[in-house]
Formats: sequence, C-alpha cells, structure tokens
Amino acid sequence: MAEKKSLGKEFTKGLIAENPVFRLVLGTCPTLAVSTSVSSAIGMGIAATIVLLCSNVVISALRKVIPQKVRIPAYIVVIASFVTIIQLLVKAFVPALDTALGVYLPLIVVNCIILGRAEAFASKNAVLASALDGLGMGIGFTSSLFLMATVREILGSGTFLSGIKDLLAVFSSDITFNGFKIPFLNENPLTFFVLAPGGFFVFGIMIALSNKLADRKGKPKAELHGCASCPMAASCALIAEDKNCEEVKAQ
Amino acid sequence: MSEIKQKLTVSASPHFRSRQTSRSIMLDVIIALIPSLIASCFIFGVRSFIITLVSVTACVVFEYLSRKVMKRHNTIGDLSAIVTGMLLAFNVPASMPIWMVIIGDFFAIVIAKQFFGGIGQNFVNPALVGRIALMLSFPSVIGKFPEPLARSVTITSATPLASLKTGEIPDVNLLGMFLGVRGGCLGEVCIAALLLGFIYLLYRRVISWHIPVTYIGAVAVIMLIAGKGDIQFAVYEIMAGGLVLGAVYMATDYTTSPISQRGKIIYALGCAVITSLIRIFGNLPEGVSFSIIIMNILVPHIEHISTPKPFGTPKKTKEAKS
Repeated sequence: MAEKKSLGKEFTKGLIAENPVFRLVLGTCPTLAVSTSVSSAIGMGIAATIVLLCSNVVISALRKVIPQKVRIPAYIVVIASFVTIIQLLVKAFVPALDTALGVYLPLIVVNCIILGRAEAFASKNAVLASALDGLGMGIGFTSSLFLMATVREILGSGTFLSGIKDLLAVFSSDITFNGFKIPFLNENPLTFFVLAPGGFFVFGIMIALSNKLADRKGKPKAELHGCASCPMAASCALIAEDKNCEEVKAQ
Repeated sequence: MSEIKQKLTVSASPHFRSRQTSRSIMLDVIIALIPSLIASCFIFGVRSFIITLVSVTACVVFEYLSRKVMKRHNTIGDLSAIVTGMLLAFNVPASMPIWMVIIGDFFAIVIAKQFFGGIGQNFVNPALVGRIALMLSFPSVIGKFPEPLARSVTITSATPLASLKTGEIPDVNLLGMFLGVRGGCLGEVCIAALLLGFIYLLYRRVISWHIPVTYIGAVAVIMLIAGKGDIQFAVYEIMAGGLVLGAVYMATDYTTSPISQRGKIIYALGCAVITSLIRIFGNLPEGVSFSIIIMNILVPHIEHISTPKPFGTPKKTKEAKS
C-alpha cells in the first residue's frame, strides 16, 4: 500500500505532516533534554538523522532475512552499532558536543523515532523508500528540536546559537563566530525556560500549535483516542491485521 | 383557580439560593487582604502598594485579553483576577522590578488559569504558579528582601527563615515577628494583619477553619519534634516565611482544595509535612509554595479516598470492593 506512494512523498511526510516530535509524539525524552541550547539541538538532530538513515537502510535491506520473532533485538543490534560509530566519531571530532549531550548521545539507541521507523516503515518497504523516509524523519526531528531550542535558548539564556563554534570546528578551526547575545534578555534570562518545567511548557505549546494547524487542514489531532485519530495509522502494523491497539495493549 | 395559580409557582430545583456568588466571595477575600496591604505599606513603603497595583492591573488585563483571544465570555467581573494579582504581589519582595512582576502575572493568569479553562478549572493555584516561575527564573532577585522600615529598597537583609535554616534564632523578637518588622515578601510579614483577614473570612464563612488550622498546627508539631521540644524555635518557624499567608489564602482556594472536611484535613496535613521536609532538609529556605502546589495536584486523589459514605447505604464489604 505504502509502496504506491511517490518516493518524494516518503521524504516530505516526515517534515510536517508526520513530524515525529509534534505529530507522532515520539522521541520526547531527547527533545526535552537537549533543546536547552540551539547548537546542542542541531548536534543531536544531525547525529540522530545519520543513525536513522543508516539503520533504516540496513534494516530494510535485511527485512527478508530477519525472522519475525526476534526482529526487535535484531533492530536494536543494528541501531546500537550505528550509535556506537556516531558516538566514537563525535568523541573524536567534536568533543564539546559529546560533553554537551552527555548520556543522551548513547541513548539514541532507545530513541523511539528510530525503532518506530524501523518497525513501522523500514521492515516493510524497499531500501530507497526507507532511506528517504529516514532522512525525512531525521530532518523533521532536527527542525522541531531547532524550533524548541530557539524559543528556550532565547528566553532562557538570552543567547542564540551560543557554542556553535565547537560544532563548526569540524570544518575549520578559524571560525570565531559564537552566536548572538540578545540584548536585555541576556542580562535577565528567564531561567525557567531552560529548566524541565519550561521544556514541558514549550513542548505543550508547540503541540497545541501543530494541532491547530492540522485541524485547519482537516487532519487528526496528535492525541490517542483509538486508532482512527492516531497519526501513525497510515503505517501501523495493527491496522493491516485489523486489530485495535487498545485490545493488543490489554493482552 | 386563578388565585391559586398566582400563589403557587411550580419551578424546577434549586428552590433556595444562597446569596453567595463567585463575585461576593472574591470581594470578601479582597477585603480580608487589605489589612495586610496597609501593613506592608507601613513596613516596606509605598513601593509595595505600587507593586500590588501593577500586579492587579496586569492580571485583569491578561484575563481580559486571553478570554478575548479564546473567544470566551468575559470573566473579569468575578474579581478572581484581582485576588490572583494581589496574592502574587504579596508573594514577592518589595524590591522586585515591576516588569518581573508582570511576567509572573502572565504565568499565573494565562498559563495556569486560562489555558486550563479559567476560573474553577485551574488544577493548581495561579498565584503560586506565578511565584514559582519567578522563583525559578530570577532566584537572586526573589531571594533578596528590603530592610523593613528603612524607606529604601537598596538594603537587603536576611530573613528570619534564613537564620532559622542555619540553626540560629533570628535577631527579631517575637512581637516584631508578629507585627511584621522583618525581611520577607510583601504580604507575608505582618502576621497580625493576616490573622485579622482570617477572622473576617471565617466570620463571613468564606473559608472553614480546617485547612489553615490543621496546616499551621501540624507544622508547629513537626517543628517541635524537629527542634527537640524547643517551643521558641517552633513559634518562630510558624511565623517565619509565607506559612500563614499560604495556609489562610492560598491553600484554601476552592478550586484546588478538597471538598469534604476529612479531605481538607488530609490535604492540610500533606502540605504541612512537605513544607516541614523542605524547610528542614531541602536546599530552599521556604517550602510553602511548592508544598501547596504538590498537594493541589494530589487533590483529585484525596477526593477519591475521602468521599463521604451517604447515610443509610450499606457498608462496603470485601466482595463488593473486588
């Protein structure tokens, strides 16, 4: 069913219509944790996108080899290998990002977006479509992180792109640009926004806004009231088997 | 036949209405808060009046605008925004910059109250949300208090609560504590004025005694145990900080406190235990605002376990439960 869609659509759906953070409400833990500064959000987004792209390709290529019963451990092995590669690369080339992301870098292994895409898309689709799906979802994840981090960093620290120098050091070590300082807010930052409650608050507002936009286009809200309204419905395995996810949960 | 019709009006219940309305209750709370406002003007100067005025205005404007944007009917007439504005102003030091107070008002009215549906729908006390947002955002500003009776806002003094935290007895005597000649937030310092308001509210039957008395009493008992029977320490503890203000005006908010008497007592005991734990073991000197917010969130569960058994219904047996 999904293979009839054009390949371009597989790429663009992850950007807005099925944005993993605001529409599918996946990967909220890293979203809340690393969206305190824009540069670490970009770093996290890029790392997760690369892992997502690679794991989608490999899992899609192996989809006929992996037995149904042990598919989740198999996916985790693939994902964990790529996360380890990324982590070692980041440690070697961008050590500042490694310090900023801390435990959340290895935790990409259990990021729901990556496992979710592997289970819902890559295990059923061809390699090229899976690659585009992974890339689109990864860019969607990065852009929503960027959006949240922009709000939180400007209000909470009074800066924008602070610490970007360490990220750009991969390309050239001569770059001295290290972000902007917002006047007034820099002297009186609303620390609330950098703390956990501020993260939840910004996240809630963003979901409300994206629901409002989806509502205008006549799409279901990002709430889970049965299968029909679920944004995952298009790619859900249970729909194909004609089962209700509430029933499966009860079992 | 027609005569009978005139005398007998058949209507649906309720047949007997209380004259209390949201508006009259809120007006009573405002009247009860006025002695504290006057006292704080004496203690910290005219600046406390300005802060209260700005806070009230900002709250009313935010309430009006957010109702307008959400296309709901206007609710500034029930005066609840004024009460929130006054309570938030009472919870900040008199040296607080005005624009910070307005940010607190925004958090209180727009986020804690209107986002959840306005009066009667908020799940936590709006004024406390405003205070906590300010406390987390500007810890250095909200932790500094002007010297009482100094007529200048530049000097800062340690609060009695901060001294108690380090294990010393504060340099203010108990009469000074009672009248409010000490460092602290705007409305929390003068215990005498707060108690005057409390008595007024009890007399007007706006609040019942259960929450304030249980809350303050339980804190006194816990502090007596923590201070190994030192009565002076316990008395200082219940007068220091925002305990009386919180217990009388914030914890008793209708929307965010349990309905039944048993529920109220459980709720107040919870507040007291959390306040004491934060004061004794926590990093912060004051725990009243956090403890009330935490218990606010637990109120639905308290209601669930404290629902009274209707008279004449059979006792719950074990089989009925399962």
